[in-house]
Amino acid sequence: MADRAALEELVRLQGERVRGLKQQKASAEQIEEEVAKLLKLKAQLGPDESKHKFVLKTPKGTRDYSPRQMAVREKVFDVIIRCFKRHGAEVIDTPVFELKETLTGKYGEDSKLIYDLKDQGGELLSLRYDLTVPFARYLAMNKLTNIKRYHIAKVYRRDNPAMTRGRYREFYQCDFDIAGQFDPMIPDAECLKIMCEILSSLQIGDFLVKVNDRRILDGMFAICGVPDSKFRTICSSVDKLDKVSWEEVKNEMVGEKGLAPEVADRIGDYVQQHGGVSLVEQLLQDPKLSQNKQAMEGLGDLKLLFEYLTLFGVNDKISFDLSLARGLDYYTGVIYEAVLLQTPAQAGDEPSGVGSVAAGGRYDGLVGMFDPRGRKVPCVGLSIGVERIFSIVEQRLEALEEKVRTTETQVLVASAQKKLLEERLKLVSELWDAGIKAELLYKKNPKLLNQLQYCEEAGIPLVAIIGEQELKDGVIKLRSVASREEVDVRREDLVEEIKRRTDQPHCIC
Amino acid sequence: MPQLGLLPKRAWAALFSQLLRPPPSACTQAVRGHSQGTRDFSPQQMVVREKILDVVVSCFKRHGAQGLDTPAFELKEMLTENYGENSGLIYDLKDQGGELLSLRYDLTVPFARYLAMNKLKKMKRYHVGKVWRRESPAIVQGRYREFCQCDFDIAGQFDPMIPDAECLKIICEILSGLQLGNFLIKVNDRRIIDGVFAVCGVPESKFRVICSSIDKLDKMPWTDVRHEMVTKKGLAPEVADRIGDYVQCHGGVSLVEQLFQDPRLSQNKQALEGLRDLKLLFEYLTLFGITDKISFDLSLARGLDYYTGVIYEAVLLQTPAQAEEEPLNVGSVAAGGRYDELVAMFDPKGHKVPCVGLSIGVERIFYIVEQRMKALGEKIRATETQVFVATPQKNFLQERLKLIAELWDAGIKAEMPYKNNPKLLSQLHYCENTGIPLVVIIGEQELKEGVVKIRSVASRGEVAVKREDLVTEIQKRLSES
Repeated sequence: MADRAALEELVRLQGERVRGLKQQKASAEQIEEEVAKLLKLKAQLGPDESKHKFVLKTPKGTRDYSPRQMAVREKVFDVIIRCFKRHGAEVIDTPVFELKETLTGKYGEDSKLIYDLKDQGGELLSLRYDLTVPFARYLAMNKLTNIKRYHIAKVYRRDNPAMTRGRYREFYQCDFDIAGQFDPMIPDAECLKIMCEILSSLQIGDFLVKVNDRRILDGMFAICGVPDSKFRTICSSVDKLDKVSWEEVKNEMVGEKGLAPEVADRIGDYVQQHGGVSLVEQLLQDPKLSQNKQAMEGLGDLKLLFEYLTLFGVNDKISFDLSLARGLDYYTGVIYEAVLLQTPAQAGDEPSGVGSVAAGGRYDGLVGMFDPRGRKVPCVGLSIGVERIFSIVEQRLEALEEKVRTTETQVLVASAQKKLLEERLKLVSELWDAGIKAELLYKKNPKLLNQLQYCEEAGIPLVAIIGEQELKDGVIKLRSVASREEVDVRREDLVEEIKRRTDQPHCIC
Repeated sequence: MPQLGLLPKRAWAALFSQLLRPPPSACTQAVRGHSQGTRDFSPQQMVVREKILDVVVSCFKRHGAQGLDTPAFELKEMLTENYGENSGLIYDLKDQGGELLSLRYDLTVPFARYLAMNKLKKMKRYHVGKVWRRESPAIVQGRYREFCQCDFDIAGQFDPMIPDAECLKIICEILSGLQLGNFLIKVNDRRIIDGVFAVCGVPESKFRVICSSIDKLDKMPWTDVRHEMVTKKGLAPEVADRIGDYVQCHGGVSLVEQLFQDPRLSQNKQALEGLRDLKLLFEYLTLFGITDKISFDLSLARGLDYYTGVIYEAVLLQTPAQAEEEPLNVGSVAAGGRYDELVAMFDPKGHKVPCVGLSIGVERIFYIVEQRMKALGEKIRATETQVFVATPQKNFLQERLKLIAELWDAGIKAEMPYKNNPKLLSQLHYCENTGIPLVVIIGEQELKEGVVKIRSVASRGEVAVKREDLVTEIQKRLSES
């Protein structure tokens, strides 16, 4: 055993020597000599038993997307991207890693969740944690003062994964942001309109978009008497109101976080409220709140927002909710979060706190942090929680027992007898050249039954069957897999006939 | 610093820590941008990339491939196992107390891992994704450390050469579809190369080294290659001459026939196997109608690490017109081959799953297309907006919002200015700059008459339509154009 270890070490060292020589561009002779030595050493090791020692798995918190999941994902992205484009967004892409210093200091306590790359002698790099900081970096780097962009890409967080709940370490984000100095609340309203359009089109059930404002929260805490130092921690308690009762939240604030009970009560008067624009009006008249400048600003903006949302026809989906207090790291104004509303059928599932499927807000201070002169570029945006949506859509399809096709093949080119491979190859090539999606079995003499079975499993709607007799007659048998009906089609008419049948919105094959 | 009071605590702290750093580095580092060898893609670049990827993926789908995606990183041991000498180019993640991870280097090893993990014996899949390599980036030639690969592979035990032929058909369809001009696909076979070397008397220990010299024949004349082999790689001159008789050959199926008759080569079992398969391949390629694009080229000797059978590489051919321009010299734009032993390396019991596949060099293609567009001064629209909703007078924001919501709800791609009272002229300029074809104008007059004006940005012609007919009218115009 020890000998083997020593031998492995020699192999490793020799391997490094070879690499070193190559890097130095040593003579081919020298390299060849050292490679030969390496091979000899490796031969001494004998059959590599260690070859299969590693476990076949993806890293913790990550997963492959199977063909079925890819099909679902594509459908979902298609809806989302269509909506982003409908609103005139451009698309960008950024590298998967950033300079470590770009990400440093932007995520507070969450910074420990960033994946770093090993120091391999170059720059220090980290995997991107979200798409917002790269966006701000892009704006500052290119000195852009306004842009409307979407970005769909994977981000990386060394979180505790809960894969059954859709919490991964590598996951997709779909971001849409409007950067620029504009007249108030118009782009903010458009973001909410976009969220509503996407969630409606995805048909994942009824949803609600909760809206609040950073300044209203801060103002409210101030007038209730929350000490500045406790703002953060009280926020996270308040935020739990969507999952637990007010009593429990109050107990936590007073019992665990040392908040004076009367302060907690005052908070309670506010944060249990939610409603429409009438609540905004009400709070604008609130004797205490109206003393706070920040809160008034926030309320004024929300009032304007509701006006615009009404004109957009989405105000029935919006709820001004004073308990919305999450994700406040860089938000400076309006914040929002979309949740799916439980249907009776899902009542047995997890509490709806996990139901957030999109979120966003206004963040006016971020880009300035990247600009050398601190120039401000106000931004407002949203992020769609697609991983959660993937699993919901997958579950829905399963429940409906709808088969998800993993390919888009329209025709299988089959042969009824032996020795027809040539004809099949010619025909399938003709179909491909005409843009038709077609396949054939990679067998010289496949059985017809197997070919038909292949179609049924893969959901291929049509079969073009070549047979000896049909060849003589100059026809191809076109068979509908669903109905099992067959009809003879003249060879020269086949392409058109297939196109006719497959171009219909719901394939009438 | 006006807005600090409103910044969240964390941002405050972060800002402070940045300010406490020595000034020059704080500023330059903050906006230094990206790491070496990587880049952002601007909206215009994304439009071009998406068009290219669309051609590639449509072709893969046309051939019945399923989509697959894998994580950006794999267990480090899985990758180092397979890349041997290249493992110095792999990006490792820092050891942060968990598993040791590395960024994937290509899409083939993850594919083999996926097959073994899921115990799959057959699969036809495509995978479009980024891969990472710590090479010295040669940005002039479009070589970056982060780049996109488009792979298509057929795994499974099938009757010989049918899937291999389909791979070549796919390369032809894609390169034709991208309209990059004339191209050629060089085809060879690992067993033929090994056979040629053996019958010529190349010592086994020099196979590798000689291969890389032979491969330079597409860039250097034979005399230079021969010189390199003899003087730098210690090959006996007569062996080099014998090799020369073979590797300078290229042609169609007739060359295959000719080599079958070759007295020396026909003694070599491997070579004969390879030649037989190539003959069959050419038969199928003829039926696919693409033999005019295929060249059996005995000098194709690259990337042989895990290929076990047929190998191929597609190169663009310069047109006479392009000969005036800078030679693009981007190398091949697609490549692939058969690799029957890879999956077995991952399978705990060593079960073999033969594979054949191809990889499209989209970065190189992207580079070529970008250069061409620049040379032609082509302007690219970064959005697909069809209609701009404009208002000529003040206080019409409300009407604008109502109207645009109507358009969005009807699926029309529309934009509007984020200003309460925008000037009409700047709104029209915006349309011209971004290529938006139609403007819908609503103002006091229109409101009174119950109409809206539709204006064509190109022709500047305007026509009034009834408000309730707006959506239909617009859809009509858009479908006509």
